[in-house]
Amino acid sequence: MNNQMERPVTIVISALGGQGGGVLTNWLVTLAEQCDYFAQSTSVPGVAQRTGATIYYLEIFPKLSAVDKTIPPVMALMPMAGDVDLVVAAELMEAGRAIQRRFVTPNKTTLITSGHRVYSISEKMAMGDGIGDSETVIRAAHEAARNFIVFDMEKLAGKMGCVISSILFGAIAASGILPFSRKNFEEAIKAEGKMVEANLRGFDAGFQAAENATDKIPLDEASNITASMITGMITGKANSPRAELLIKRINALPAAAREFAYAGAQKLLNYQDLDYADQYLSLLEGFAAKDKPPFDITRELARYLALWMAFDDTIKVADIKTRTERVEKYRAEVKAADGQIVHMVEFMHPRIEEIIGTMPLSMANMVKKSSLLTWFFKKFTGPRLLDTTKISSFLMLYFIASLKPIRRKTERFHQEFIHIMKWLDHISDVMTQDYDLAVEIIRCQRLIKGYGETHERGLNNFARIMSAIDQGNVNAHRVAELKMAALADEEGKTLENELKKNHP
Amino acid sequence: MAERSFAKEVKKLRLGAGEVFHGEGILAITKGLLQSGVAYVGGYQGSPVSHLMDVLADSQEILSELDVHFEANGSEASAAAMLSASISYPLRAAVTWKSTVGTNVASDALSNLASAGVIGGTVIIIGEDYGEGASIMQERSHAFAMKSQIWLISPRPNLPDMVDMLEKSFQLSEASNSPIFFQMRIRACHLHGQFIAKDNIKPKFTLRDALDNPNREPDKIILPPFTFLHEKQKRELRWPAAIKFIIDHNLNDIIDDPENEIGIILEGGLYNVVIRALQILGLATSMGESRIPLYIMNVTYPLVDSELVAFAKNKKAVLMVEEGQPNYIEQALNKIFNDAKLTCKISGKDFLPAFGEYSGQVTKDGIKGFITRYNPALLGRDEHETPMASLSAISTSELETAIPARPPGLCTGCPERPFFAALKMLEKDYGEIHISADIGCNSFGTLPPFQIGNTIMGYGLGAASSSAFGSVKGKRAISIMGDGGFWHNGLTSGIASAVFNNSDNVFIIVDNGYAAATGGQYIPSSAKTLKEDERKARIQDAVQGVGVKWVRTINSYDISDVKTLVQEAMTTDFPGPKIIVVEGECMLNRQRREKPVIARNIKSGNREIKQRFYVESETCSGDHACIRLSGCPSLTIKPNPDILREDPVAYVDNSCVGCGVCGENVHSAVLCPSFSRADLIFNPTVWDRFKYSLRQTIITALQRRRDRKRAKVML
Repeated sequence: MNNQMERPVTIVISALGGQGGGVLTNWLVTLAEQCDYFAQSTSVPGVAQRTGATIYYLEIFPKLSAVDKTIPPVMALMPMAGDVDLVVAAELMEAGRAIQRRFVTPNKTTLITSGHRVYSISEKMAMGDGIGDSETVIRAAHEAARNFIVFDMEKLAGKMGCVISSILFGAIAASGILPFSRKNFEEAIKAEGKMVEANLRGFDAGFQAAENATDKIPLDEASNITASMITGMITGKANSPRAELLIKRINALPAAAREFAYAGAQKLLNYQDLDYADQYLSLLEGFAAKDKPPFDITRELARYLALWMAFDDTIKVADIKTRTERVEKYRAEVKAADGQIVHMVEFMHPRIEEIIGTMPLSMANMVKKSSLLTWFFKKFTGPRLLDTTKISSFLMLYFIASLKPIRRKTERFHQEFIHIMKWLDHISDVMTQDYDLAVEIIRCQRLIKGYGETHERGLNNFARIMSAIDQGNVNAHRVAELKMAALADEEGKTLENELKKNHP
Repeated sequence: MAERSFAKEVKKLRLGAGEVFHGEGILAITKGLLQSGVAYVGGYQGSPVSHLMDVLADSQEILSELDVHFEANGSEASAAAMLSASISYPLRAAVTWKSTVGTNVASDALSNLASAGVIGGTVIIIGEDYGEGASIMQERSHAFAMKSQIWLISPRPNLPDMVDMLEKSFQLSEASNSPIFFQMRIRACHLHGQFIAKDNIKPKFTLRDALDNPNREPDKIILPPFTFLHEKQKRELRWPAAIKFIIDHNLNDIIDDPENEIGIILEGGLYNVVIRALQILGLATSMGESRIPLYIMNVTYPLVDSELVAFAKNKKAVLMVEEGQPNYIEQALNKIFNDAKLTCKISGKDFLPAFGEYSGQVTKDGIKGFITRYNPALLGRDEHETPMASLSAISTSELETAIPARPPGLCTGCPERPFFAALKMLEKDYGEIHISADIGCNSFGTLPPFQIGNTIMGYGLGAASSSAFGSVKGKRAISIMGDGGFWHNGLTSGIASAVFNNSDNVFIIVDNGYAAATGGQYIPSSAKTLKEDERKARIQDAVQGVGVKWVRTINSYDISDVKTLVQEAMTTDFPGPKIIVVEGECMLNRQRREKPVIARNIKSGNREIKQRFYVESETCSGDHACIRLSGCPSLTIKPNPDILREDPVAYVDNSCVGCGVCGENVHSAVLCPSFSRADLIFNPTVWDRFKYSLRQTIITALQRRRDRKRAKVML
């Protein structure tokens, strides 16, 4: 009777389309059956198998424990909260969902998950940063799981040239949660007979990685850097006395702002020239002199002033698209073989605004006034396909990039600097009375980005928030809220409603 | 060929007596049909029984060896009507569809079939799409069984029981002259298990025999006075015959213990979940031996009063475990027990949830509540209480905000994506439009990022759904319908009706060449059809045939042209329905066909160009307007590599198939200049190489020049 109370080992697998959840399930069934276990599996595909997660559920039961080796025990078709031995997830948020559904419990569950993310549509379509909170999921996993194994299996699979399922299978073997030997696992892969070599390679890599897996997941590179703000001195790579002087000036800034200031100066050198970086630092130093600990204003301004000064104009785009390092990055990303011919066809859609923006101010004004000239230049607008591996297209962009020396005279530059100076004045005015508000005004620069409509929308939203501040009764917290509202929808409905609340 | 091929698995259908069958539930069901000697099979695909149709389609060779006719019916109504062959001939038959939606479609024919009655065993395998993973509104098929008097079988979810019950279903059908619903739940369809096979049987009476000896039975016609006779037969002959068969053949499993004061009555399909709950409460063994008496209803309609009364007679209370609402069985028990003057209390949805799937947790809690109320002494330790209690430290609301939902969407490269992008752009210029959506892949247009479509009324009913607006002048309503829905019924219910009523609406038919959402099954307008290698029908011809005068065809990937054309349809003075056929082959199917060919070509040294997209992260604004017009799985995001910028940048992953939508969107919606298309040349010609190296020499020289200049000033 005691054996009779024994229950099957229960396994939940959560995988997205193309991650090989079905294959993994088959391996586990084969593995169990080869080792004299009863095995049962089932699945609930996401809606019509399209892009959702499929949940597989398996139970295995030793034939030794059965009264009659030909009669399997009653096995369930779905996991029960608190009764799952092993949860396997091929993506981090799917592991989170398993925790949310209480399939992961401290009494028994081993949780094995890949730490990588496959972003959902809500995260992808956000107008700013809509990415889910991985840290909370990791924290919850630590609390909920009895054993927790996490590492970036996607990356490893890419390296090993296999699918993620074989990595997971290796990690399951390494976890020791199933009463089968490593050899049994490998036998199962061989028995299934699909891409055996690649899968065994992946299995081995997964096995090793799981054995060495720490529970620390590397945070995204970007957030890692911002999180551990460097407080030391910037050394830089200056190769001229003038550049060295700039590094010195950066190091004279409050420590909290140095890293951004250095990145900003570099960005602007790259964007324009050393003079431009110098101008940036001068503007920044003006604020640093009036700032006080913890120097939030200087730090935030170091970031946003650099971004604004490096506004996206045609010269910038043309410059980036004709650089050597871009070609290298591009070829690597599209997985071009060494020496393979790759055409890089750029999708451009210049509007009359971009063309006029690239002209010197006086000329731009003339064109704007003359309908004939406008008509003429409109001929250069509209959708364009430019293959930058062809001479004509390359030269065209190369020429636009070479307009850098006249950038400071362009209409666009002129317009942007009117806005920038107004913004800086605004910050200056506010910072003595309401420090936090000044910080939030700086951060509103985040709204101004991109090209064409996106840029116009951002600038418009920015202007509306600034004018709300001018009308008074708006504190820092409120500005942050308005900024988020501006990022809520393209039509500006949310911001509109929020602003109405301000002045009912 | 459908998305999933069962060409290999169908060999298992040839297994003979004594051999062990390993495989999926639906394959086991197919084997069960062959073991029962069916003469014809058919149905209409839909989750969770799409694969049953695929298995049947892939096993034509075996079916024809056995003289079994397979029909890929045009709709569930067609499938149900096909069953009429069993009214007057001893032909065993089986059809399948998704329920309750398919049952809705079939119900006219089903009513007539059930009224006339059958002499050949007739089994309808319904894929019960209820609970987790369901893609339809939540209803029970039970009501159809009751209203038409079709017996409802709910087998225990394991392969031997499912196959055994299937064979008995044919016998029950013949013994009671009634059709049978054989209810397969989602998980049971996808269940992998094993059973001991039997030999396949050729039908004793074949379709040929029927045509050679036609048998006309006037009293089987659905006209008065026979319909009154049928009703009488249903009550006085077929019902008692069914009850007798169920009792004689022990179709329901009764595990009683007269000493015990309580018991559980359950639907067969819920057997495993109930046993697991009992195990956790320490009341059942792993083999399923329960300390609580069980009445397992493998037949959930009709109820066998005598069995139920015998089971409940000496009990203080019984718990009815019945999934979904309304609680038809629980209500019926009340009447049965009342007539028998039993004092036994009937519980059910007082302890168990009133609606929704009976998952392990809620079933266990319900049973525990019931036992606690009526016989707490029985209750062992609940193994789950401690671990579940220790979980309270994790804030559920925190997790809820941290974890984004993952709604379904269109596949990578889907031809419907550019069409929806065009509509979204049009709405931006033209203003919002009332759009009737339909069932199929195109339903996903109603979800983010497109959010296009105001209503979904059923498969093929997108066109009909806008008919209320058909004569309103001014801004028009749009109906969207897939090619699957069009052939299912949309041509007549929507288009012909619109012509007849002189509707002024715009109708868009998305022609991707397959019933794509259910797994890429062929339809009449597929380039290939199931049984022949050529297209049988064109949508354009069909709509013109019913009298539509304004018909346009467009390639879905030409986004700006699609936008212009829809705008034209919205504004033209042309009276009557305006039909646009948006063409673009389902990318899953196209890739499956083309990918191996391209790979072979590359391997054998032929020149090939592969295209894919690339986003320049430095110029990407992080606004994601491109994603809001796409939602393609391969167009995703990554953390911004620039430490100064906070917003993630767009990024095209390696699954990109180069469909071109990103580029079209950039041009049509004037997005940022970050998109680039990489044309990778495989096995270039000498001329390719020559041109490339010449160009590269010049370009690299210019790039180097600028690099050197830049290197002079570093920071």
